[in-house]
Amino acid sequence: MNIVVCVKQVPDSTEVKINPETGHLIRAGVPSIINPYDHFALQSALELKKKHNFKVTIVSMGPPQAKSVVQMGMALGADEGVLLSDMAFAGSDTWSTSYALAKAVRKIGKIDLIFCGMQAIDGDTAQTGPGVAQQLGMPQVTFCEKVDVDGRRIIAHKQIDGGYEVVEARPPVLLTMIMHKDYVPRYPSFLSINASLKKPFHIWSASDIGAEAQFLGLKGSPTQVDRIYPPPQREKAAMFTGSGNEGMAKILEIMKAEHFLED
Amino acid sequence: MIEVSKKCIGCTKCVPVCPFAAINMIDKMAVMNEACTLCGVCVQVCPVQAITITREEASARDLSGFKGVWVYVELTETGDKTHAKKIKQVTFELLSSARRLADELGEDVCAVLLTDKNHNYEKELGAYGADKVYMVEHDELFEYNTDIFTTVIVSLVTRHKPSIMLYGATIQGRDLAPRVASSLYVGLTADCTALAIKDGLLLQSRPAFGGNIMADILAPKSRPQMSTVRPNVMKMNEPVLGRSALVVRESAKLDKSLRRVKVLERKISHDGGGMKIENAKIIVSGGRGMKSKEKFKQLDELSKLLGGVVGASRAAVDMGFKEKTHQVGQSGTTVSPKLYLSFGISGAVQHIVGMKASDVIVAVNKDASAPIFNVAKYGIVGDVHEILPKLIEALKKN
Repeated sequence: MNIVVCVKQVPDSTEVKINPETGHLIRAGVPSIINPYDHFALQSALELKKKHNFKVTIVSMGPPQAKSVVQMGMALGADEGVLLSDMAFAGSDTWSTSYALAKAVRKIGKIDLIFCGMQAIDGDTAQTGPGVAQQLGMPQVTFCEKVDVDGRRIIAHKQIDGGYEVVEARPPVLLTMIMHKDYVPRYPSFLSINASLKKPFHIWSASDIGAEAQFLGLKGSPTQVDRIYPPPQREKAAMFTGSGNEGMAKILEIMKAEHFLED
Repeated sequence: MIEVSKKCIGCTKCVPVCPFAAINMIDKMAVMNEACTLCGVCVQVCPVQAITITREEASARDLSGFKGVWVYVELTETGDKTHAKKIKQVTFELLSSARRLADELGEDVCAVLLTDKNHNYEKELGAYGADKVYMVEHDELFEYNTDIFTTVIVSLVTRHKPSIMLYGATIQGRDLAPRVASSLYVGLTADCTALAIKDGLLLQSRPAFGGNIMADILAPKSRPQMSTVRPNVMKMNEPVLGRSALVVRESAKLDKSLRRVKVLERKISHDGGGMKIENAKIIVSGGRGMKSKEKFKQLDELSKLLGGVVGASRAAVDMGFKEKTHQVGQSGTTVSPKLYLSFGISGAVQHIVGMKASDVIVAVNKDASAPIFNVAKYGIVGDVHEILPKLIEALKKN
């Protein structure tokens, strides 16, 4: 089988700071990382590769420096890498991004499985994966924790509201991955990065994948950002120190003051 | 616009799958008639990629005929197979928002209901603000399925042209809405926490970067303007009893072959008295500081006394103190109860993003510098193992 893994390079949101005066994001000094859900999706795909000898192609879209996440994927074991990079893609929303990714998948060829992270930690939309599936006319299984392949049967364990499901699909199918609780992210060694430099890597423009400019970038995106602003600030916590009876009494007092308990 | 190229081999595979009987075979070629909604099912089954759908360029679209604020009705199992499915609470929250938006626009609120059997759902939907219910009743709609539900929604939208469509930002809503948006080439904004009308357009506010910034989003060039809306954020209207919605029955021809993903097994956890964590008004949550599974059980007791549900940090779940379904945070559930009582949770960013929208956060932790105190309204620096037993004892006496 042929697998494509879609990954995004994101700023590490745990380190993003806000300028309190302007309300702007301070990106300087914030490290760029592979989106953690995509990292899990990549490792899930690579496990299948190991077991069944599948071919894995890693695809990303972004500025030239996003090459590093593709390179990392190849160092971890992906066979081939693709970066969609073109000014025409700049400002694409989830619709335009999935349009471009779907075009790239078509160019890669016959694909049986597509792995995506459930969402990226910068946008938190969870829309690009399903968008790609729809553009390709593929079924999808979203919010998966685990995926197994048995012949031509794809068995996925997926989250549903308040529980989980085990579902079956036939390839081609697109899967979006949440993180399994036992998951430990792997990082490539220096040697494997060096070795991966020999693997096939392509940078494709919009015209390389046959994407039409009218559907790309700000112009082609149905949604527009009207305004970005800092979230309303919370007031500082009212702090109290005390254990045992004192702490207990304080909690009761708070709950009465907030009307969760009757006086 | 839909076209069939010369590649068509006349295999007829597309004919039975078309939900609208819009394909005829003429001279061994597929030909679409005017019933076609551009839903794209035929494109998916064509073995030779002979069918292509071309979307109109956004700027060239005529948006004038689009009217009505639609709400996707999400149904949920009750746990008892003999009982009818219930309407999920988020649907009522959406109807309440939709009512406000529609009144401002002078349009109707329409609920969109896909089910295998109607159980007088129009009564509740009407009570919370729906004027109309577009209902498709069909055996194949007995459970949610991405392909089948997408096909039906796309066809309804194409037929009736709403100006706005809202979905709950639940697992189901977030699975369905992007397929519909992608198929129709319309804007979709994820996980909105506020909606308003600005110059006739839907202004959609949402957090991004793990809640570090807010963004206002517009979709001026396409209709419907679609959003998924975070549960537990929109204020619910008081239901107006006796105000029922008008049911408009819609037909759909659904073929079994559309069901490309099959459910083998489903497990819904119904602990917490059937109350799910995302709907809980009060959450009593514990972290690594609870130290053991035994001690964590005190939180079950406390939550029972308060009529709440137990939550857990990822650390607590990883250490086996509580099941994963109780996990609050980025890789668990996002919650926003009225009261979030946390015990022994230090407050990793991944946890904070999942609970910081709670109305009142009370945190107990022995480390005064724990980040949880940055989002708490009340912070108590103390030993949870001394406080908890006393608190349970005091509440029992009441």
